[in-house]
Amino acid sequence: MNSMIWEPLKLSLLVVTVATLIIATLGLALGLLLAKGRFPGQELLASIFTLPLVLPPTVSGYYLIVLLGRHGLIGESVYNLTGWTVAFTWQAAVIAATVLALPLMVLSSRAAIESVNPQFEIASYTLGKSWLATFFLITLPLARRGILAGIVLSFTRALGEFGATFMLAGNIPGKTQTMPLAIYEAVISGEDKRAQILALILTGVSVAAVYFTNKLSKGAIRY
Amino acid sequence: MKRTPSQYSETRTRRRSFAAAMAALLILISLTLLVPGCRHKASPSSEPSSANELIVSAAVSLKNAFNEIAELNEKRTGTKIHFNYGASGALEKQIESGAPADAFASAGAKPMDDLAGKGFVLPATRMDFARNALVLVVPARGTTVRSFSDLSNPAVKKVAVGNPKTVPAGQYTDQTLTRLNLLPQIQSKLILAEDVRQVLDYVVRDEVEAGIVYSSDALSAGDKVKVVSRVADDSHDPILYPIAVVKESKQQEAARKFIELVLSVEGQSILIKHGFLAVK
Repeated sequence: MNSMIWEPLKLSLLVVTVATLIIATLGLALGLLLAKGRFPGQELLASIFTLPLVLPPTVSGYYLIVLLGRHGLIGESVYNLTGWTVAFTWQAAVIAATVLALPLMVLSSRAAIESVNPQFEIASYTLGKSWLATFFLITLPLARRGILAGIVLSFTRALGEFGATFMLAGNIPGKTQTMPLAIYEAVISGEDKRAQILALILTGVSVAAVYFTNKLSKGAIRY
Repeated sequence: MKRTPSQYSETRTRRRSFAAAMAALLILISLTLLVPGCRHKASPSSEPSSANELIVSAAVSLKNAFNEIAELNEKRTGTKIHFNYGASGALEKQIESGAPADAFASAGAKPMDDLAGKGFVLPATRMDFARNALVLVVPARGTTVRSFSDLSNPAVKKVAVGNPKTVPAGQYTDQTLTRLNLLPQIQSKLILAEDVRQVLDYVVRDEVEAGIVYSSDALSAGDKVKVVSRVADDSHDPILYPIAVVKESKQQEAARKFIELVLSVEGQSILIKHGFLAVK
């Protein structure tokens, strides 16, 4: 009983931590690129990164396995080169969670960076600061609230990821079975108790994260 | 507006604490990236399909029975089985995309037929290993429905069934109700569910007066539902569960051994214990 709760919890924490770290870095970079860059196809790129937010997760998962599976467009060459396939590994769960939760980070950080008054940045340039220094000393601190909200929201989305994770990583207890998959399996096989405990834990963490985000966006938390 | 020195220092402190927070985050990043790296090397179990380990993709309704058979299999052959339970259609798509499953057990013939048609399973290893039956279930304290004919009674307002367009159990139910000439009278009472478990859940929660599910599902719900009637096997197409070895499996011999055990007297008796029927 205990391992049936702990195994998925442990795996979920591992997957979500790694995914959130990738999302925080990649999402911030993409948010910055979309907020400050002016290049052809910019809005098309923005749409592509928003897609997982609006597509049913199983469809996103289907695309992922079509791309990354052993017979997939990318997966085939990886398999031929290394003999390794991502399907049914915990890394696959990280990829699924990352792709599905990234839009929240890209959207939030883009909006946060765009909302920074450009006069502060211009002032920084006139004082001889470089582009990079301006970003880290002016833009990032002023946009921090939206960026942190984006990180917390993507964390929650990654934690609840089900459809795409199942398609790419499968549902193997102890290997790729994250909390949402364990809940699904417990419900289907009539293990109500286990389903309830897992659901409560997942709900608790998610409520705490959303509560924290709301506090952040209202400016109630200072740091 | 001129800032006082204390306001300057406040801005500076806040900027510094933000920089500290970012630095802490970066340290956390590098630390956690190390942890899974070590873990990955340390535990051999994170590498699927290694020697003496088998991945079996199976319909989630088989879970309780298959877990028991796997235990027996490990005791006999030393091969540890990892199950990947899910909806049969989704499991089929995974195998088509090259997910490293060694064997596939499907609820219903269609996903297996599709895989066999595209050459993803070894046709010689394909076997029907179990059957299922449809039963009419009512809530534990339900009294309004005692048989199929009661369904047309005006007192019965809601009957849960699987959606015949998407759920195999719904298709069998549709055939049965048509055969019993009940469909036109009760069509407006039908609550369409997206899987059999949802039908069962409606019945357990007393949201409907009756529901039609597989006998194995009814059994797993224990005393929360009552089985009032069993559908005759000839009222619908046979409900069969096929199993086969996946062609790309590197452990076809171990996968064959598992299938043999499922088909053996012991395997069959475990399946029967969980409400499935032996293959005739």
